[in-house]
Amino acid sequence: MEAELVKIIAIGFIMGVGTLGPAIAIGLIGSKSAEAVGRNPEAAPKIQTAMILAIAFAEAIAIYGLVITLILKFVA
Amino acid sequence: MSEISIRAEELFSIAHWPITNALLLSCVALGILIIFAVVLRTRMKMIPGKLQSITEIVLEEILSLMDSVLGTRRLSETYLPLIATIFLFIMTSNWLGLLPGVGTIGLKHVSEGGVSSLIPLLRSPSSDLNFALALAVISVLSVNIFGTLVLGIKSHISKYLNFSSPINFFIGILEFIAECVKIVSFSFRLFGNVFAGEVLLTIIAVLSPYLLPLPFLFLELFVGFIQAFIFSMLTLVFISMAVQEHEAH
Repeated sequence: MEAELVKIIAIGFIMGVGTLGPAIAIGLIGSKSAEAVGRNPEAAPKIQTAMILAIAFAEAIAIYGLVITLILKFVA
Repeated sequence: MSEISIRAEELFSIAHWPITNALLLSCVALGILIIFAVVLRTRMKMIPGKLQSITEIVLEEILSLMDSVLGTRRLSETYLPLIATIFLFIMTSNWLGLLPGVGTIGLKHVSEGGVSSLIPLLRSPSSDLNFALALAVISVLSVNIFGTLVLGIKSHISKYLNFSSPINFFIGILEFIAECVKIVSFSFRLFGNVFAGEVLLTIIAVLSPYLLPLPFLFLELFVGFIQAFIFSMLTLVFISMAVQEHEAH
């Protein structure tokens, strides 16, 4: 298998598997924070801030995979 | 596609210091923020005009958001300059990168292979890893310096070098590694989001230039604001963790 083919397969694999974890994580974070707001609507601003922070952390993991993919495609 | 490159292209150099297109646009963002600040300062009145009112509302919102994390208004006012600067600089840079002409107007360049490509004159500053890396280093250094200033050198170093027991020593080493990883995580979050957005906009514009880029431009607007917000909020949370008294385990 030549290098070009392996690169393309690697790009697809990284994006496919690498976004699985963060997607599940963001879904869990969203559902838990919606539940928390439903139980205590007064604390909604605090919960929202914490939720946005946690979602940014989880999304950063997906971005790591995206950066590797972009490097593979456009630089190497 | 020859126009997409991870490195910001160098336009010219001033005595061996390369000036890239991302550096140029970040200087433009700097100029805009400075002019805005100077105009506000010289026109400050007791009965505020429109611009001053809007700025006061925005500052009040940022201060109350920081209050919910730090606890007291006095602490918020101490750390407001750093947090608000990071937020405003990143947001202005991200939004300036969406203007028409940025990334499209440039110089023609013929590489060795005979392939002619375009070097844009202006490019979104956050799509250059150096910009994000510099801000991340400043952020993490400021967190540690603030912690040292408030708690004292001994107390701050004891977070990382703790000889009371083998487990605590190991945890101290892990904390130090976590600080270094924070630099990487900060920079790659900002760089990855903005660079990926740029690549996305370029490809959508190539596929279908009419009407279809609109929702993606809205997405980029939103992402630019959110990434600036996340960067400053994370810095704020780390400062609040470094500044409060270290509770006994």
